[in-house]
This record gives sequence, structure tokens and C-alpha cells, in this order.
Amino acid sequence: MLKVRVIPVLLLRGWGLEKSIRFDTPKYVGCPINAARVFNGKNVDELMLLDIVATREGRGPQLDVVRQIAEESFMPFTAGGGIRSVDMMWELLQAGADRVVINTAAIERPELVREGADRFGSQCIVVSIDARARRDGGDEVYTRAGTRPTGLDPVETALHMQAMGAGEILLTSIDRDGAMEGYDIPLVRQVADALHIPLIACGGAGSVGHLAEAVYNGHAAAVAAGAFFLFYGPRRTVLITYPTDEELRRAFRAEHVRIKDLAPVVDRAQARL
Amino acid sequence: MYNGSHVGPAFSVPEVRRTLLMIAIVNYDMGNLDSVARAFRQCGAEAVLTSNPEEIERAAGVVLPGVGFFDEAMRNLKEGGLDALLTRRALEERVPFLGICLGFQMFTKHSEEGDAPGLGWIDGVTRRFRFDDAEEPLKVPHMGWNELSPRKDSPLLEGIAPDSCFYFAHSYCVSCEQEDAVLATTSYGTEFVSAVARDNLFGVQFHPEKSHRAGLQMIANFIGMTRHA
Repeated sequence: MLKVRVIPVLLLRGWGLEKSIRFDTPKYVGCPINAARVFNGKNVDELMLLDIVATREGRGPQLDVVRQIAEESFMPFTAGGGIRSVDMMWELLQAGADRVVINTAAIERPELVREGADRFGSQCIVVSIDARARRDGGDEVYTRAGTRPTGLDPVETALHMQAMGAGEILLTSIDRDGAMEGYDIPLVRQVADALHIPLIACGGAGSVGHLAEAVYNGHAAAVAAGAFFLFYGPRRTVLITYPTDEELRRAFRAEHVRIKDLAPVVDRAQARL
Repeated sequence: MYNGSHVGPAFSVPEVRRTLLMIAIVNYDMGNLDSVARAFRQCGAEAVLTSNPEEIERAAGVVLPGVGFFDEAMRNLKEGGLDALLTRRALEERVPFLGICLGFQMFTKHSEEGDAPGLGWIDGVTRRFRFDDAEEPLKVPHMGWNELSPRKDSPLLEGIAPDSCFYFAHSYCVSCEQEDAVLATTSYGTEFVSAVARDNLFGVQFHPEKSHRAGLQMIANFIGMTRHA
């Protein structure tokens, strides 16, 4: 049976890692190379590295960092940030990434997704969609590291990206980012149910129970998190952790029985373990 | 603040005696091939990423990796005249030969991904996952960690725990007419061929170079065969 992928997401600024709350108030976390080494040692399912200032600075992701991480890891490694062309994807793959993440450029010029998928195969192209709740209900897609509203609907955007050849969608709730209070289940579920490609839920995980919730209530194929794997305790001390195989197996199995039978989206507070 | 002091030991690597025999990893401009070479080196092999026929000629083992489109991959192989060389090395000279992902799919006669004929080394075809008619359609690509159901014994699987998971990332899968060549199958909506083994010829749909310890063990097993060959 296919295991649910549990993916740490590292946010890169320069040569340092950061973690934000609601895409704001970044906190310095540490060295990306060391962090990647620790995650590799913990046998993580996949590691994701996103250069969060690349688009703003009009460049691609820091290839040196990608190269150094790839150099000593034997896990699936996905990277992105500022990707605007097929050549930039190729450079990133050459630097050692297995898959590329495209966000702003994919939404501003969807043909880029088609070009990448034609060249490298769909399984290589992950489109990242950041969404934030509208005041009047519904959600809206934001680009440029959550700073620019697009007026686009996340479900429509995800379907468009799928039609262009994206192999997977990384859906991040800006409102839940870093809060560690659980994923935005209705948002995740809406988008996941519309797609026939896998969806990675991101934004809000604070416990193993949250991960299972995103899968069984949100119908996500995979789950990603930042703060959950980087911080420990109420003071958010930096400590890299990753659930053991046994913990994950137990959580996913328990949730499978308890939540799948409930079928409709249950209230998050009730479902929390 | 995180200062790197939590760095644990890199996970232990299967023991393989350092060998001087060279393994050629065929470089034909498809995807991230460097990670394959790195994994082989990590396991003690002298691995060379190469499209040079002379190096492929000398190699004690050949690896055909690949990520991307079937037709483009076959075209790249043919352009370099590598298809004939690889066929000779694999089928006549019988050096240990490992195909990974798209490299494995190219062992088949053809793929639904395109029109170009494959290498045709095994009696099978590469088909797209299709779940249109399924009650609960599964997602395509098949992405992530899945198990193998071994169908026979092979030195390739030696020392690998039965519940080990391997990393898959693919939309097309192999179906093989030649039952006795099937080494393992994997279940994803349907039971597809995730590994073949026939004499010196091995093909895997997953990425051993990305599959942590179990993957490195498999690579070490393959390297071991090049020493005994």
C-alpha cells in the first residue's frame, strides 16, 4: 500500500533557514545544510526546500545550497523559488533536485508548467499554490510569497495547473502557516477532491493527529509542515524532529478507523487528538 | 537557536568492499542522474556518469537511469548510438545491468507515452495508470513510498527487510508477459511490475538512490554482482 508522504518544508533566505507565521514575522532557524543532514538521518519521506526571496530578488533558488544538500542526501529532494523558465528547472535538477516547485511564475504564465512537464515529465513538476481566506468567504490565491492577491480561486487554479501538466499541487494555507493548530481542512478537501493528481497539504500542522486529519478528512495524498518539524515546546525552541515510522503508522491507522467512518468533514476541534 | 549540534550520524551504509571495477551510469541528458552516481559511490563503487561508448564498453556493470519522456529518452540513446552498444553489453556480453524508472521502462517493447519502440529486452509493454472507471480513482502519478511483493529470490533483494518501502514517482508502469522475469510487483490500484530480474538483467520502477537504507542496500547488492560477474 502507498504510504502517506510526510514532508518537511524548509524556507531559505540567503544561506539561512527561516520559519514564518502567516508568511510573516520570520524567525531564524539555522543552517540549511545541517538541517537537511539531520532530516536525511531521520529517513524522512521527502524534503522540500523553498527559496522564499528568490522571486522578489529576480533570481532562481540558491543552487549552491541545493547542490550541498543533494550531495549528502539519499532521499527525494524537491526544491524551488523564483523558477521562471525551463532552463532554470534544468539547472535545479542538475544541482541535484529531483523535482521542482513553481509558484508565482506558474500562476502568472501557466504555459511554463506545460513546458516543464513536456521536458521533464509531470512527476517532476510541483505547482505551489498559496491561498488565504477572503473576508466575504471563499479563498483567494496569492503569489509572490503571499504578498500579491490574484483574484483567482484555488480550486480553479489547481485544475488549470493540472490541465497544464503539473504532477502534484502543494497547497499552503497562509492563514494557518506556522500556527500549528491544524490544516485548513475544508480548503484542502475542496482542492484535493477536484484533482486527479496528488495534493500535498501544507500550513498548520502541529501534531501527528493533524497530519492524519489532512489525509482522512482533507483527502490530501501527502502532508507537509515546517514549524512542526522545527520547533519544540511553547517557546518554539528550535529542535529538529520527525515522527518515527511507528508513530506515523499508528496515527494514520487510528485516524483511518475513527475518521473515515465519520465521512463528512468534522469540526477541527473535535477531531484533534 | 539551531546551531547544528543535533546532527546525528548519517545512517549506516551497507558494507561493500571497495572495488576498483567501474560502473558506468549512462548519461543521456534525462533528469537528475547525478544522484544515482552519488548513491553508487556512497556504496563503495567507482561510478562514472558517462555517455562515452569506450567507458560503457569497459564497465563491469551498467546502469540506465532516467526521468522524463520515453520517446525523448529513446531518441537520445539512439542519437549517441548507445542503444546498440547497450543491447550488446546487456544481452550478449551479459554484464550486470540495472535499469531505473524510465531506464527500466525502456527495457519493454514500447510505451503508451510515445511512439518510439523501446529496447525490447523483455517481453512487456509500458502502460499508463488508468483509474477512470474505478470507483475511487487513485491519483496519478503514483508518488511516494510503497512496498514490494517479491515473486522470486534474487541477489538484488538480499538483506532487504520484507516491509521495506521504496520511493516511486511515475505515471506509467510496466506489464510483463514473461512471468518468470518478474522479480516483484507493487500494488497501486492494480498490481504492476515494480522489478524484473532475468539473468544479468535487472530493472526497477522505483528509485533505489532515493530510498534511504533499503535503496542503498539494493545498490550495494548490485555492485556485489559486478564483482562476481
